[in-house]
Amino acid sequence: MSARRIFARPARRAAIAPYVWMALFFLVPFIFVVKISLSQTAIAQPPYLPVFDLTSGAGAIKAAFAALSLDNFRLLLSDDLYVFSYLRSLLVAVVSTSILLLIGYPIAYGMARLPARWQSVAMMLVIVPFWTSFLIRIYAWINILQHDGLLNQILLALHLVSTPVVWLSTDSAMYLGIVYSYLPFMILPLYATLAKIDPALLEAANDLGSSPRQAFWLVTFPLSLPGVGAGVLLCFIPIVGEFVIPDLLAGSDSLMIGQTLWLEFFTNKDWPVASAAAVVLLLLLLAPLLLYDRLQRRQLEAR
Amino acid sequence: MSEDAANIATVADSPKPEPQPAVATDMPLLRIDTVAKKFGAFRAVDKLSLDVRAGEFFALLGPSGCGKTTLLRMLAGFETPDEGRILLDGKDIAQVLPHERPVNMMFQNYALFPHLNVRDNIAFGLKRAGMPRSDIKTRVAEMVALVKLDGLEKRKPDQLSGGQKQRVALARSLARRPQVLLLDEPLAALDKKLRESTQLELMELQRRLGMTFIIVTHDQEEAMTMASRIGVMDAGRLQQVATPRELYEAPASRWIAEFVGEVNLFDGQVEPHESNRLTVATRDAGTIFTAEPRHPVAKATVCVAIRPEKIKLSRRGPASDAVNAHAINRLEGVVSDVSYLGGFTTYKVKLDSGAMLRSSMANTARLDVDAYSAGQRVTAWFTPDDCVVLEQ
Repeated sequence: MSARRIFARPARRAAIAPYVWMALFFLVPFIFVVKISLSQTAIAQPPYLPVFDLTSGAGAIKAAFAALSLDNFRLLLSDDLYVFSYLRSLLVAVVSTSILLLIGYPIAYGMARLPARWQSVAMMLVIVPFWTSFLIRIYAWINILQHDGLLNQILLALHLVSTPVVWLSTDSAMYLGIVYSYLPFMILPLYATLAKIDPALLEAANDLGSSPRQAFWLVTFPLSLPGVGAGVLLCFIPIVGEFVIPDLLAGSDSLMIGQTLWLEFFTNKDWPVASAAAVVLLLLLLAPLLLYDRLQRRQLEAR
Repeated sequence: MSEDAANIATVADSPKPEPQPAVATDMPLLRIDTVAKKFGAFRAVDKLSLDVRAGEFFALLGPSGCGKTTLLRMLAGFETPDEGRILLDGKDIAQVLPHERPVNMMFQNYALFPHLNVRDNIAFGLKRAGMPRSDIKTRVAEMVALVKLDGLEKRKPDQLSGGQKQRVALARSLARRPQVLLLDEPLAALDKKLRESTQLELMELQRRLGMTFIIVTHDQEEAMTMASRIGVMDAGRLQQVATPRELYEAPASRWIAEFVGEVNLFDGQVEPHESNRLTVATRDAGTIFTAEPRHPVAKATVCVAIRPEKIKLSRRGPASDAVNAHAINRLEGVVSDVSYLGGFTTYKVKLDSGAMLRSSMANTARLDVDAYSAGQRVTAWFTPDDCVVLEQ
């Protein structure tokens, strides 16, 4: 047996680990969710029908299969409530991700151009908020934004406003919360790609007649696109399914799909519809992932 | 000059034997006038002046940290001099931004744009200059042919070998037909064989285009091979500016003599002597007769430098009728080390004074009738003409 094969074995075994993880903690639960999404709601324990019982014989299992239907998916498409929830989720995700990119790119760019010693300090500053629980940070924002909160007190003290402004339970507060929470996820991948760009490339662009601004758009920006892609995905996907931030900071007049899902599940106890909503959400989110994957693959093939 | 540069298209097709001599004006193409640059308290370039004529292949040679790269970067515009002027074609460009200078640079690690293919890398500078699309196409094709990259136009840089990348970098920096091409250690990343063939190609290219090249290198062989003139730098100053032969045979200082090639050095004092040639009394090699015609200053401390290949070894000393026997320098010693290097052999001889002497002799005959072996007693001899007298 060659030395190479001896070394290759543990490596191959390690490569299986993520697949095992995905199968156990994603695929198996997801099959349950799909099954529930095809069931009917019922006042029972668990609150849906049919229930597969492997001890009841082949005939019963066959009957259970026959009872599965796509009714819940039809309901999702026919009821405006769900359609609007999906659309609002996508809208919020698109707007937030755009704001995140516009704020995060200059910060990451500035970090990458700092002297090496200061880069690690800046990195620490970006990561520091993670040391406090996410929920506590959102509650802190509620404190700042509420009627007699810090922000209004400052504005009143400076005589910039005469009566307290309503900040809480608005879309602005929600966007603020989302951008605040997700900014590190945008900055870090961008910083990682920007810091890797060889400064000599910019000098070369400069030497060949481009102004610093042209050099940015012709060299730095195209070379940072993989980081842009990673940052956008890291933010966009979880924001579409975001539940806590809109629930705590936004008003209750229009819901994101995460909130709708929660309502169906816990308030209406309609597990099958909630499951169907989750399945559709997952299919929606697969689209940008596949697109990113295709772009990356094309880039690799071009090499 | 600029008209040379403008003729690249025709010149490239029909090689011309020699570059046109510089137009008969007093003004060189490039004049560096008392330029200084400090980084903090460190003087990278210290009030340096240098003229480079049009069509020259000029090498800046020096150890790392000597300021040669800083000087090159000031010519490219990436650093601004603290003092002094840089005159290109009579105009001071010291404060001109890099993208507005008629000068291009070939970077040490090539700095090819990884997201662009060979063609777009070469066309990059032309597009910035606002050249019409059809002209760009012609020029790129011309450059691709010039550096022999045909068929690789659509490759990305990481699909190219080191030598191919080097060619793309060269083509990219030549495409804009700069008045001066700056090359920062252009061959450092290539292996030895490829480096040697590329040196010859670069020289050939420079001669065909009649363009002015300024190359920065720490490799003295590379500088000697390619450049028509070499400026040796140390501690931010030019120590000597000379042709390769002058640099080797008539070094201006002890430092240069040691930096360029191998050398034997003997410290001593000038002796009063009847002739007007300098005679030096050394501790390690006795009295050395030199051919230096300077008026002897008795007791002045000097250093005599002799290149190893100028020192011959023999069993009995030279035949007395070969040269003026009186003036021949003779040293007795024992061979302590022999290194056979193919074309020549180097010997280390332990002189009777205890000092070591290096001699290298060409292996002109295939059978080693004349070879010496370690432990053998020999006479080392050299003529006064072989000695260079250097002030301390």
